[in-house]
Amino acid sequence: MKYTEGSEIRDAKAPAGPIEERWEKRKFSAKLVNPANKRKLNVIVVGTGLAGGSAAATLGELGYNVKSFCYQDTPRRAHSIAAQGGINAAKNYRGDGDSIYRLFYDTVKGGDFRARESNVYRLAQVSVNIIDQAVAQGVPFAREYGGLLDTRSFGGAQVSRTFYARGQTGQQLLLGAYQALERQIAAGTVEMHTRHEMLDLIVSDGRARGVIVRDMVTGEIERHLADAVVLATGGYGNVFFLSTNAKGCNTTAIWRAHERGAYFANPCYTQIHPTCIPVSGEYQSKLTLMSESLRNDGRVWVPLRKDDDRAPGDIPEEERDYYLERIYPAFGNLVPRDIASRAAKNVCDEGRGVGPGGLGVYLDFRDAINRLGRDAVEKKYGNLFEMYERITGENPYDVPMRIYPAVHYTMGGLWVDYDLQSTIPGLFVIGEANFSDHGANRLGASALMQGLADGYFVLPTTIGDYLANGPYGEVDEEAVAEAEIKVRTRIDRLMSVNGTRTPDSFHRELGKLMWDYCGMERTEESLRKALERIPELREEFWKNVKVSGTAEELNQVLEKAGRVADFFDLAELMCLDALVRTESCGGHFRAESQDPDGEALRDDEHFAHVSAWERTPSGETVLHKEALEYEYVKMTQRSYK
Amino acid sequence: MNLTLKVWRQNGASDAGRMVTYRVEDVSPDMSFLEMLDVLNERLIVEGDDPIAFDHDCREGICGMCGMVINGVAHGEQRATTTCQLHMRHFEDGAEITIEPWRAAPFPVVKDLVVDRSAFDRIIQAGGFVSVPAGSAPDAHSVPVRKEDADAAFDAATCIGCGACVAACPNGSASLFTAAKITHLSLLPQGQPERLVRAKAMVDQMDAEGFGGCTNTGECTAVCPKGIPLDTIAQMNSDYLKANAK
Repeated sequence: MKYTEGSEIRDAKAPAGPIEERWEKRKFSAKLVNPANKRKLNVIVVGTGLAGGSAAATLGELGYNVKSFCYQDTPRRAHSIAAQGGINAAKNYRGDGDSIYRLFYDTVKGGDFRARESNVYRLAQVSVNIIDQAVAQGVPFAREYGGLLDTRSFGGAQVSRTFYARGQTGQQLLLGAYQALERQIAAGTVEMHTRHEMLDLIVSDGRARGVIVRDMVTGEIERHLADAVVLATGGYGNVFFLSTNAKGCNTTAIWRAHERGAYFANPCYTQIHPTCIPVSGEYQSKLTLMSESLRNDGRVWVPLRKDDDRAPGDIPEEERDYYLERIYPAFGNLVPRDIASRAAKNVCDEGRGVGPGGLGVYLDFRDAINRLGRDAVEKKYGNLFEMYERITGENPYDVPMRIYPAVHYTMGGLWVDYDLQSTIPGLFVIGEANFSDHGANRLGASALMQGLADGYFVLPTTIGDYLANGPYGEVDEEAVAEAEIKVRTRIDRLMSVNGTRTPDSFHRELGKLMWDYCGMERTEESLRKALERIPELREEFWKNVKVSGTAEELNQVLEKAGRVADFFDLAELMCLDALVRTESCGGHFRAESQDPDGEALRDDEHFAHVSAWERTPSGETVLHKEALEYEYVKMTQRSYK
Repeated sequence: MNLTLKVWRQNGASDAGRMVTYRVEDVSPDMSFLEMLDVLNERLIVEGDDPIAFDHDCREGICGMCGMVINGVAHGEQRATTTCQLHMRHFEDGAEITIEPWRAAPFPVVKDLVVDRSAFDRIIQAGGFVSVPAGSAPDAHSVPVRKEDADAAFDAATCIGCGACVAACPNGSASLFTAAKITHLSLLPQGQPERLVRAKAMVDQMDAEGFGGCTNTGECTAVCPKGIPLDTIAQMNSDYLKANAK
């Protein structure tokens, strides 16, 4: 895949001055829209997860005319609902030395110095308001006997700043946002369109002015126009086929926006979560995460020698390798996600993995049960053990769990400036769909924080500045018709191939290729191989895919085919981005760039920048760099030994 | 494992619908129920047939999107389990399994096993929220909440809105769903100002949607994947009566 290098991005529009004053400054400089005018301004929000749901609700509260879209049957199903662990906030309710600055510092460091300082600082500032908002909505966070909120600690932090609602924090926060959204639907400020999928962005006179969607029940292609469009459509981890994402998660909305001119930033930054239930067979449809909190008491090990097929209980202590404790004595089983994942891969590559196909390591609670008693372990982890047993049929009180890393989150996404506006004026991108706050590695319990910060607090202010210059008048009919015809043509094309392979069979093959060549470890050779293979597979897809039924009805095969088609194009850009970034950083590990101990080695001299990819109208790929400057947090090599 | 499936096929709301028999072979006991259907669907697509439409998304038991009546029981016989978390090891080799959609008048069939549950959203719209615009909240610690109340509120709030309670109820009642939200917010200080208005509006909406009344058969809580307790319905009735007495 060829590319050229374009102009540098010099201004991400963050105000200058002391970092703690920048957001205040921006809030003050942002133009306001008077209440009577808000009613005349239309905003489209696509996606109803934590970011999209909270944004649509808040824009409705402010008095804008909002249209909200989701592909599920109700906005409450968005995949934010599956987040287990918690949400970070710099409340310092424990008095343990936390502060906005410390949350900012931890997030910049955890992101391996590839995030923007101004954005991250704002995120930390706003984090405290999120907890207030959620509690006022009735989110039932865990509490202590005194009636105050409980917190726990999470990876990458030395303070206890993670608020949680058992193992269902995402669910409870999403229901809070969903209820706020439903309240606005009842009030008439938000018009909800469920079972609708965005298939293109309408750009008129250089501005984002609407979307083309497909009604997934009737197959009807609809046009919706607005003064601004907000994409909150989540991450693209499903490019790997197997991931912890929901089955419907896809890249189509952001990819179509990219094709319309929005830059795509750092597509290769992927987070692989170390504790997931391993694949059990070829039919596997998705992977399930087991909360990272299990590593507090579980010990990770594999047999010392290769191809040891004895039952775990028959392997004596001296023939076990507790490799995390051995390699990282200081952090032991609690090293950050990227490090734990890669270590598991390494021992499995050595032929010491356990379970079907040798792709698993043990997470053993034997010692914890002996030390604390079975009851105490059950109290802490009972629901997780139950979930594990339901899926695997094995009882983790008797035999160690088997775990393996799985794709979990994508730090990359559409490029946005400080206002969360993309390179297309009027197109805003929030939540996991943008690239902005996590750098090359996201810390646990920070995804919920970012989604809600964007949706409740940041976007509603910054979009006002854009809308204050509206309404933007008539939309060019030619632009709308062109987008609509493009969508129809593509659907017709998918329907007419009538080949012999299902969309899922292509998706599986693409996913395996991405996992093998652009997964936990990437090399120049593997990436070049992927870049050769992806176009071949894409060509076969367009010649041999089979879509049954018609386009004028509920057709889940057609939906899938369209999403897989976009995953091919995204996969190619991910591999190119990974190939060009010859350093290792966070979740991006290039085997050629490691220190003598096998740890990720950054190359700050050449890669302290955001890679923002442009696709020109003629289909060329252009790389724009945005230099990252660290005025506050000194760049250092992470060490967890 | 080899299985015989009898699956409800219905091409849209106006179609009469019928049961269709399929054989599936070489099913692994480690497959989830939905993965077993995936395998069948892959075959149907290649053979040029219309695959079976069913709703699903997270496949980890939390989004509430999946749901089918399996051998007459909503989400199947395994307790406290969504359809996506049900695994084939709980079935006998050679078994015959019937698969049907949720059946209730307020949940019209969209296609095959897919139903329209938007009535649930409208019940929430009627009052299933606390009116607190973004940015207006006081500090989270300004109102302490008893741990017992917070825990009980959580137990009710854990509802995933799948609709199994309605499918299982002989009256097609949505009482457990509605009561779960009313109870969640009734137990918290933040929910007090709108407590009675909320209960009245939500119950009235539930009735307007055409859901049946509750006669305490308890089928709902028996199939509920999250084990929402039956006594939430008592809380709902109590709040509703108080609201009407005013």
